[in-house]
Amino acid sequence: MGKQQWTPKIVGFLCNWCCYAGADMAGTSRMKYPPNIRIIRVMCSSRINAEMILKAFQTGADAVFIGGCHPGNCHYVDGNYRTKKRIDVLKRLLSHMGIDERRLRLEWVSAAEGEKFSQTMQSLADEIEQMGPNPLHLTGGKTYER
Amino acid sequence: MIKSDIAAHGLDRIVVAACSPRMHEPTFRAAVSDAGLNPYCLEMANIREQCSWVHEDKERATEKAVSLVKSAVAKASLLEPLESTKIPVTHSALVIGGGIAGIQSALDIANSGYKVYLVEREPSIGGHMAKFDKTFPTLDCAACILTPKMVDVARHPNIELLTYSEVERIDGSVGSFHVTVRERPRYVDMETCTGCGQCASACRLAGRILSDFDYGLAKRSAIYVPFPQAVPLKYTIDPDSCLMITRGKCGKSPSCVEACDRGAIDFEQVEKVHEFDVGAVVVATGYNEFQAKQRPEFGYDRFENVLTGLELERYFSPNGPTGGKLVINGKVPKSVVFVSCVGSRDKRVGNAYCSRVCCMYIAKQAHLIKEKLPDTDVTVMYTDMRAFGKGYEEFYERVQKEGVHYRRGNAAEVYEEDGRLHVRAEDTLLGEPYEVEADLVVLGTGLRPPSSADGIASMLHLSRSSDKFFLEAHPKLRPVDTVIDGVFLAGCAQGPKDIPDSVAQACGAASHVVNLLSKDHIDAEPIIAIVNEDGCVGCRTCEQLCPYEAHAFDEKRGVMTINKALCKGCGSCAAACPSGSISMNHFRDDQIVAQLLEVL
Repeated sequence: MGKQQWTPKIVGFLCNWCCYAGADMAGTSRMKYPPNIRIIRVMCSSRINAEMILKAFQTGADAVFIGGCHPGNCHYVDGNYRTKKRIDVLKRLLSHMGIDERRLRLEWVSAAEGEKFSQTMQSLADEIEQMGPNPLHLTGGKTYER
Repeated sequence: MIKSDIAAHGLDRIVVAACSPRMHEPTFRAAVSDAGLNPYCLEMANIREQCSWVHEDKERATEKAVSLVKSAVAKASLLEPLESTKIPVTHSALVIGGGIAGIQSALDIANSGYKVYLVEREPSIGGHMAKFDKTFPTLDCAACILTPKMVDVARHPNIELLTYSEVERIDGSVGSFHVTVRERPRYVDMETCTGCGQCASACRLAGRILSDFDYGLAKRSAIYVPFPQAVPLKYTIDPDSCLMITRGKCGKSPSCVEACDRGAIDFEQVEKVHEFDVGAVVVATGYNEFQAKQRPEFGYDRFENVLTGLELERYFSPNGPTGGKLVINGKVPKSVVFVSCVGSRDKRVGNAYCSRVCCMYIAKQAHLIKEKLPDTDVTVMYTDMRAFGKGYEEFYERVQKEGVHYRRGNAAEVYEEDGRLHVRAEDTLLGEPYEVEADLVVLGTGLRPPSSADGIASMLHLSRSSDKFFLEAHPKLRPVDTVIDGVFLAGCAQGPKDIPDSVAQACGAASHVVNLLSKDHIDAEPIIAIVNEDGCVGCRTCEQLCPYEAHAFDEKRGVMTINKALCKGCGSCAAACPSGSISMNHFRDDQIVAQLLEVL
């Protein structure tokens, strides 16, 4: 593949009940945001384990976004609290690995918060754009220029 | 189109790249299923709500759509047909609590043709409503509307009434709960007792034991019925006061035994344990009254003429301590002050919530005082008036016109001077302090979660909201369900309610129960977690994560098992399993990773 303009690749794991619905809400309300995010739907954000997130970084993701229900509103009672605990630990691990912990972002987005979802996508894309490519993948299969 | 393509090309996995699966996944699953394919062999790529509708850069949006479709194809290739599990349903229900909510639920379920076990802790059903004189705002006599329902319960061929009993244990899950109930001994044989009451008149302690039903305002015998219309109308011996039980001796021989023609009294009686299976449970455990002594400034413990709302209710009642006359300590009050929000909307005592019924029961009681004693001054010190129900505002207006003084502001303190009570308060509309002399102060005490809630919560794994009332599955759309399938809520167990709301919720809970019991099987969603028993090392990490208690450790084999009826498919356990032995159907690790690799 030839050289192309680098733009952040973001993988999003969204819970079905709140954040995924919030992303749908952004869609039905036509709230624009940049097309960096690739969304993978799971039933609960607590379905995501560290391996999946590390795999994403290893394979070339510049950021990973996890979206769950607001505290107290989890469809599965308290799955989002487990997610929070796991992500907090993983962020520290990422720092040790030389990956800026801001590349892993957890947000609570309700089914009604289309605007919050679209703003979060915009700010995350902007932030990662500033940071540049995922350092683990600078020498990966593709070459980029900034 | 999908159906004909499946037929024409022999397709076995389908990807629909269109709208959000939250929108039409059920539609496409049905279509796939109609075509003879397993409905779970479908995957959707959301290229509308999450792509074309939100991105302006057409080229990059198209690139994204392509990668989303690739990702869906990757997952589809790994999808497996899933079958829902059929869970058999036991066609009977348990109702815990025999107040108005439990009574209504039990009658509705029983009238639909299903067996109901109604368990009540007290010797009689009726709950708090049996203690009320009149109901607001229509002033219906509470007993007149409640007792026929109580009798219906007792006579109903489908209802098995277990009074003086408590639920001790509940195992199992939706469709088949196994229930253990412990019935305390009444020391009176239920079959032979006719409720004639000769034993109570003969009791050596007649008129010497404080009646709990009357909040200690009246006295009874050691053998008693809580109130004359009790259901079942069977006598009970109070084990804490009966001389035979506490001392093993009552005169030469117990006078109740002598008085009972039928020989119904049996001091040898012991606890009985009842065990049965039900398909669904209604929790209607009601409330406790706020303990007025927690607000010592109102002098509830110090002054005999400071009463709570429920105590005053007994004074109004024709079967209460004064036969319905408002005579407190031998005196007819000339001035009465009501203090609202005692134990409600008060963070100092840990109750931030509004108890919802106090404004209106105070209005009703103020009206009743004016009706009985027109020359008595009645003042209501209120925080805010909350007359929210049908006909409530109109009733509040009527009470004001009857001459009841409403003054806005919290009461600060009740003290005694020259033999009269003084209530000090602030009028928050005028912004000035004032005092009212009173012969009777009534505390508008609020509602607290029942003391039995802890036990019930842990038995059924129910969640509770921050106010400690039971938590409904959704505050707006699932107000009678709990997160535990097959367990429903009715009445004040879920939060403070007036009678119409309790009855409405009880009917709602009953209809959900009937809905469940009308099926022979429940189809359990197959998107659940599965344990690979060969890999499971029995570390039990997953067990603590499950909010539904779906995990049960098999001690013999040393492996975890997951109850298919209880698992809701969040996948939290699958993510945490250190040996990777839990696989989450339809969202397996390999499926998610396949999706991931395609989008990067």
